[in-house]
Amino acid sequence: MYTQALNTAETDDRGLEDAAKAAQFQARIDAEERIEPNDWMPAAYRKTLTRQISQHAHSEIVGMLPEGNWITRAPTLRRKAALLAKVQDECGHGLYLYAAAETLGASREELVDAMLAGKAKYSSIFNYPTLTWADIGTIGWLVDGAAIMNQIPLCRCSYGPYARAMIRVCKEESFHQRQGYEIMLTLCRGSDEQKAMAQDALNRWWWPVLMMFGPPDATSQHSDTSTRWKIKRFSNDELRQKFVDATVPQAQYLGLTIPDPGMIQDAEGHWRYSEIDWAEFKQVLAGNGPCNRDRMAARRKAHEDGAWVREAAAAYAAKRTQRQTAQAAE
Amino acid sequence: MATANIEVSETPLVLYALRRADDALILGHRLSEWCGHAPMLEEDMALSNIALDLIGQARELYSYAAKAEGGDNDEDKLAYLRDVRQYRNLLLVEQPNGDFAQTLVRQFFYSAFADLYWRAMMTSRDTTLAAIAAKSEKESAYHLRHASEWLIRLGDGTDESHARAQAAIDHLWAFTGEMFAVDDGARGLIHAGIAVDPGPLRGRWLQTITDVVSEATLVLPQNDWMQQGGRAGRHSEHLGHLLSELQSIQRTFPGLTW
Repeated sequence: MYTQALNTAETDDRGLEDAAKAAQFQARIDAEERIEPNDWMPAAYRKTLTRQISQHAHSEIVGMLPEGNWITRAPTLRRKAALLAKVQDECGHGLYLYAAAETLGASREELVDAMLAGKAKYSSIFNYPTLTWADIGTIGWLVDGAAIMNQIPLCRCSYGPYARAMIRVCKEESFHQRQGYEIMLTLCRGSDEQKAMAQDALNRWWWPVLMMFGPPDATSQHSDTSTRWKIKRFSNDELRQKFVDATVPQAQYLGLTIPDPGMIQDAEGHWRYSEIDWAEFKQVLAGNGPCNRDRMAARRKAHEDGAWVREAAAAYAAKRTQRQTAQAAE
Repeated sequence: MATANIEVSETPLVLYALRRADDALILGHRLSEWCGHAPMLEEDMALSNIALDLIGQARELYSYAAKAEGGDNDEDKLAYLRDVRQYRNLLLVEQPNGDFAQTLVRQFFYSAFADLYWRAMMTSRDTTLAAIAAKSEKESAYHLRHASEWLIRLGDGTDESHARAQAAIDHLWAFTGEMFAVDDGARGLIHAGIAVDPGPLRGRWLQTITDVVSEATLVLPQNDWMQQGGRAGRHSEHLGHLLSELQSIQRTFPGLTW
């Protein structure tokens, strides 16, 4: 695999991380230079990025499940094709991201195994169920909207492969978000039943979507070093506020009510939301969300049911190489 | 009441377009069931891609059927408001996904036919059908390549994959004859140069199938009994379940815009 061609051995030896190299590295970051796979990097930088990129990849893949739940039931052929294409895009994002993680020396197989073993995380939002068609609109509008808010700054992330992957991912996500909003608009201009369906979906997704930005700044574990390394450019709370400010007028345009009676607009125009239920967030992260078990079971089943197919492809490739070698020897 | 099945006046041309549209939709729907559950991410992508091609073909063919019918029907009414007895697809395409081998063999049998069929249809005197055929042929050629390469890997892979691939061939073989059947309505269109006769394509189809199956170290069944009925709306029990899922929103909330 091409990851083996990269200089990972040297950086895995932490003894070589001398102060001079670290200072030089930080100077490059401060000068807004991009770090590339073969460049020297601190082991902790590599570890942080591998964790973040692989979690991002896992989220794309697990994220196929809640929306995939409606592909076979999409209400029109146009919606069916658009949803299928969207979920396929997410799979593509997962693939780019695993490839980006591979440039750090971690193989897709080991990353996927860690996820299936429950050792690696994915975004908590995908542990909520999609109960009606309006959930598909809401996910596009809010979940993809929140993802874009998180990912636009990542297009300037200090690690080159991740930043470049994010540019393409963001373009597609922004298309998905418009598609989701258009589903909501159609529902909100539709019958009373459809409007109620849209409001109900917003009610269920709003708070979990706000949790997507991660714990409040005061308690966030990773932010300081990530900020210094320019992996992260805005804090969780800053991004969350940006998202809320962008979303409230969109909800108003739809004629929907944000399920936060305590929300007020402050003098500067920011929409101040009420306290988020972080106990729920912790429960979902701990595996107790409504769908954690279902999501993991679905991914494990796909992996286990597909094992014989992957083995067949590998066995065939080995046989072919053997035949070619035998032919060349003749 | 809006939930009731629509009526379709099945002139030979309408019926012709509906049959092909139903083939494409039902097979596309089946493939879309894999999305998120395939053996590897690359296959989640590939099977979704093929499904998207087929759903795209279905939409064009339904729209053409609706236009040929000249009434109030449109692509969505035709897809969502006909019941199992009104569907005209081949029995082959409604067969459940089963394991990956069954899905691939189903795709292989169908794509090997569709590739030849759409290529022949490019000379149809009906310019819309000729245009749909030109696009579908390009797509089918890729679908056939994908399915053939997989069948070879599965057949010549491990003992398990070989056994699964052979079981899939044995199971699905009886559904292949229907692809080449022609009824009276279709015969008129064939005489008029609008449709092509699939019968004479069977020789070349069998050649493709035989070549790939033999490279895959697999064998074709000796049993030549062929199931029929899909074209006339006599389906397997599987289709009703598929349609109840596909049509659930339109049946639950009749007459709305989505």
